[in-house]
Amino acid sequence: MLALEVEDVIKSFAETMVLRSINFSLQPGEVAVLLGANGAGKSTLLRILSMLTQPDSGSIAVYGKNTAKNGPEARALTGSVFHSPMLYADMSVRENLILFAELYRLRNIDDLIEKNAVKVGIESRLDHRVRTLSHGFQKRTALARALMHDPQLLLLDEPESGLDSPSVLQLDNVIEEYRNSGRTILMTTHIIEHALEISDKAISITDGYAHVESTTTHSDKSNVLSAFSRSFQKTSGDL
Amino acid sequence: MKESLAVIWAIGRKDLLLETRNKDIIIAVSAFALLVLMVFTFAIDINQGNTKLIGPGILWAGIAFAGVTGLNRAFALEVEGNTLEALMLAPISRDLIYVAKMLGNFLFITAAQVIVFPIFAVLFNLAVLRWEMLVISLLTTIGFSAIGTLFAAMSMRVRAREVMLPLLFLPVVTPLMMAAVESTSHVVNGGSWPDISRWLQLAVAFDIAFIVVSAFIFQQVVED
Repeated sequence: MLALEVEDVIKSFAETMVLRSINFSLQPGEVAVLLGANGAGKSTLLRILSMLTQPDSGSIAVYGKNTAKNGPEARALTGSVFHSPMLYADMSVRENLILFAELYRLRNIDDLIEKNAVKVGIESRLDHRVRTLSHGFQKRTALARALMHDPQLLLLDEPESGLDSPSVLQLDNVIEEYRNSGRTILMTTHIIEHALEISDKAISITDGYAHVESTTTHSDKSNVLSAFSRSFQKTSGDL
Repeated sequence: MKESLAVIWAIGRKDLLLETRNKDIIIAVSAFALLVLMVFTFAIDINQGNTKLIGPGILWAGIAFAGVTGLNRAFALEVEGNTLEALMLAPISRDLIYVAKMLGNFLFITAAQVIVFPIFAVLFNLAVLRWEMLVISLLTTIGFSAIGTLFAAMSMRVRAREVMLPLLFLPVVTPLMMAAVESTSHVVNGGSWPDISRWLQLAVAFDIAFIVVSAFIFQQVVED
């Protein structure tokens, strides 16, 4: 069974067609990086895959669960981290995590919180109000929340933004651990070279279409990087 | 059913926790309602002869305007941190988010009424602390919360949401306002259950219709 299957997804806002026809699939255990210039539709696609935004047409299945027909089941298999940490600022980190653990109907919530807090390095901040934390710690808390229900598919929108170097290394460890346990990751990033190092596949969005390329070998990575650089220069020139 | 109640309780408890820490909504709603009462008290020559005639209208106008302020605030808190989207990432039906938010708004408007009703009774010298009023208040507040939660979610993405919410909310709640004002008029004039039953039936029908329709529409509203 495919981890993620995206078929002919189309999305427009007013008269601007952002995604014209997106088709790709991911196997369980694959790490894929989503590439594209600013405004190419990466974040929109991640929002559609996270079921925050409805596509105009097309279908998406997460481990066989169609997101339009089986939304709650598909969401139970998915964990998402976006630019905004989406946390309640006047609640503590622990209170935020408890709330979402309850919404995901998890058991042994205290143990899960401790385990995931250690994984992302926020164990010393668990009882701090989110409002008092730096953006980096808020981002780590959002990551802990996304990992709490042990999702099969992890969607990350520039997860390294706002993180310092040690935190980025910690994030790499989480991604590596996820890959090794057979789970699937789709991420956008602004550190492309680094993302290509840890990915198996690159999905570039150009003019609303997705182009999928393997990044398993060193030469694959170089080809994707130079193709992306050319495409980025062209887009910048157009702008 | 048990799981749905647990989800509603989790979201409702979160709203209560945030409100006990900030007291944004209850203070805004009760202060605004009291201000409306005070303004009308000074603006209109209220005397023994007209309090029963105009008092009920002033009471419910104050609560409706104040309710809009509270509903705006309740959703502003979710918009500021994009937290409504975090709730939407969870594997729960959007209907449950709607019901939980509606119940939270119901509790906050009810809490404000606990402050406003006795002050209204003293200012206008009207006997509103009666069982009939409790039922009128309950049904009206359910309707306000059902519609207000949907429209607050709709206006959330609009830049001028403080303006948009009353523009959407107040015309739609007019039948409910009529039921509340008319039945309150009967109560302050010494009427009892048979006198207000017709208006209560209207309020019940209104509440049921809008809870069902709003829960159905909410999903479309909160997704782009």
